[in-house]
Amino acid sequence: MYKKVFARPKALEDVPFHFCPGCTHGIIHRLIAEVIEELNVFEQTIGVCPVGCAVFAYNYFACDIFQAAHGRAPAVATGIKRALPDRVVFTYQGDGDLAAIGMGEIVHAAARGEKISVFFINNSVYGMTGGQMAPTTLPGQVTTTTPYGRDREINGNPVRVCEMFSVIDGAAYVARVSVHNPANIIKTKKAIKKAFQVQLSGLGFALVEILSACPTNWGLSPAEALNWLAENLIAYYPLGDFKIPKEEAKNV
Amino acid sequence: MAKVLMKGNEAFGEGAIRAGCRFYFGYPITPQSELAHFLAKRMPEVGGTFLQAESELASINMVFGAAGAGARVMTSSSGPGISLMQEGISFIACAELPCVIVNIMRGGPGLGNIAPVQSDYFQATRGGGHGDYRLIVLAPSSVQEIIDLVWEAFVLAEKYLNPILMLGDGLLGQMMEPVELDEEKEFFIPLRPWAASGRMGGPKRIINTLYIVPEEAEKHNFKLNQKYKEIEVKEQRWENYQTKDAQLVLVAFGTAARVCKGVVDYCREQGLPVGLIRPITLWPFPDKAFDYILSLGTVRYFLSVEMSTGQMIEDIRLAVDGRRPVHFYGRFGGMLPVLTDVVKEVKKLLLKEEP
Amino acid sequence: MFEQVLLAGFGGQGILSAGQLLAYAGILEGKYVTWVPSYGAEMRGGTANCGVTISNRSISSPIVSDPEALMVMNRPSLEKFEQNVVTNGLIVVNSSLINCKVERKDVQVMYIPANKLAEELGNNKVAVNIALGALIFLTQIVSLEAVMESLGKVLPPHHQKLIAINQRALKTGAQYFDHLAKEKAG
Repeated sequence: MYKKVFARPKALEDVPFHFCPGCTHGIIHRLIAEVIEELNVFEQTIGVCPVGCAVFAYNYFACDIFQAAHGRAPAVATGIKRALPDRVVFTYQGDGDLAAIGMGEIVHAAARGEKISVFFINNSVYGMTGGQMAPTTLPGQVTTTTPYGRDREINGNPVRVCEMFSVIDGAAYVARVSVHNPANIIKTKKAIKKAFQVQLSGLGFALVEILSACPTNWGLSPAEALNWLAENLIAYYPLGDFKIPKEEAKNV
Repeated sequence: MAKVLMKGNEAFGEGAIRAGCRFYFGYPITPQSELAHFLAKRMPEVGGTFLQAESELASINMVFGAAGAGARVMTSSSGPGISLMQEGISFIACAELPCVIVNIMRGGPGLGNIAPVQSDYFQATRGGGHGDYRLIVLAPSSVQEIIDLVWEAFVLAEKYLNPILMLGDGLLGQMMEPVELDEEKEFFIPLRPWAASGRMGGPKRIINTLYIVPEEAEKHNFKLNQKYKEIEVKEQRWENYQTKDAQLVLVAFGTAARVCKGVVDYCREQGLPVGLIRPITLWPFPDKAFDYILSLGTVRYFLSVEMSTGQMIEDIRLAVDGRRPVHFYGRFGGMLPVLTDVVKEVKKLLLKEEP
Repeated sequence: MFEQVLLAGFGGQGILSAGQLLAYAGILEGKYVTWVPSYGAEMRGGTANCGVTISNRSISSPIVSDPEALMVMNRPSLEKFEQNVVTNGLIVVNSSLINCKVERKDVQVMYIPANKLAEELGNNKVAVNIALGALIFLTQIVSLEAVMESLGKVLPPHHQKLIAINQRALKTGAQYFDHLAKEKAG
């Protein structure tokens, strides 16, 4: 008999991802599914998927799941959590979904301290609609709607989501992580787990921003994309905890 | 039970509580805010949830979440807020979730004013948002009827798994009338095997609004359409008032119908054979009421009386289908039709052929 | 026979509650009633008013645009609504706060110093019910007894102790024009 050391987490369906080569959505999906299994909350978990590349999340996560309108996942999650306070509710949202069209919903869900876990995938570009400028597109970055590079005078400045949410009272846990290499993937999983634990212990709203690669819309190979992420995205969006639950803060 | 004096807006709230609704999400807007004030007090008393959202975009999506999780849920707003909700309403209709939405109409377009109008008729009866869908639209015309129809609204929502829109106007929301509250009826919340409430050992449920493959989307649209057709056959509601021998039949709903009842009484006292059809469901529009009256043979004219520039008249024309002329009288922008003016229109039509 | 009355004054005078008192009294007498306030932006700063209809028949439009009787508690309300009253209608004027005379000659006008009488009762806030008492006496739209009985329904629980003083106010108003009745009788 061999000991099974690696298996598909039961919170993931046994279907191939549709994501492009080198896209890191698949890794993040898997990390979330692993954490759901490790925390033994699969049966009571309800997910809310966004509009964007993760729109098919309902095909991949095996838990009960909603398909929300663009940007509205935090409001949908609020309705679910208020109706069923003992369930575990998470949203999975991209940068356009969360930081542009859905900024109102996410800020107020945080301010209310909704006990939900939000996974915010920041790859600095709109993927599904064809590589347009996102609220998190870097200055100078070329996209299909900033063909001459993002110009601060014309397009304004990128939104630093974690920095912003670190000053919202209802937010209990805010962290930025990345999935560009194995060491950071491990850290990302820890942050995801923490976001669920914060919800499970009723501490409030948790948001994990995950820097993610989009080789297709960046016009890079998968390997080049991971390097570009490490060199450029992390430089603008530093990694780390931006807010940790109060009890822990006391012990530090 | 003794009668109590109640505001229309409060009656929507009390009716919802009595119907077992325990979740309300909304955003302030005149002239429906008393509904929110009322439920903010009342929901905690019955162990329910009242939550003030940051916008109507959020409130309708909270409704979407709660309904999909299996809750009996309601929201309310007025014109501009209902416009903001349309995206969410389309999603709820697509996902086939039950909920009740109240629109206490205000003057428009734009910011308009807070006076009573009926100019959201098109938006209400044509679905309102993007895509091929319909809402069942209920139009009460008294405070007592509000209480009765809210109960009905939740029953219909859960029977057909469809959002229900209750359409009132600022006057109906603000006015007080006596209502008779029965002993509280026992409400029943049926099992919701479709609700995405956490698998808890069961199969996976998806509250789905995405049909990326056109063949599947067509199938889903077909299914929705079958449901709407069934509703059109089974759920038309209206009130006939003095229509039996009427040569001129007024058609009006809500507040305009109240004015028209006065018109009918006044005309009858003068010996003028006038009646009224009051649609209670605006969608499905009560076509059957017209077929019935036309079968009696006495009616010569229909006169649509609306607090808009003429919206319901299109449905009346479709129902009458050219069999009789359909005329229009309207006041708009927040002005009410006045009894004497409607009587003038009636006389113009009925007496013009007389020597 | 009076069916439609309009009560008007400024916010805080208790106009809306006075209208509800009338409406409840109508319910007690088995009548059809409606009560409609001015609402929204209109209620800020300017006048507060409500229209009450009490009828033996079901009520079509609840709007009281041409009242048979008007009760005004301040001057802007008189200026706003004086012309709306039907010919041969009635205007009850709170002469404590309205120092001008009604211009119209085709209506009955009755002046009552409601605030002065309220102060004599020891509570300025009941002025509105003094005027209401007078209105009821002059119109007979409902009985004074039914209004007295309705006080308990309109006053919120923490104000129930005020029932007695409000009943005195209603009576004071109702008796103010007693001499007219006696003159008529004589």
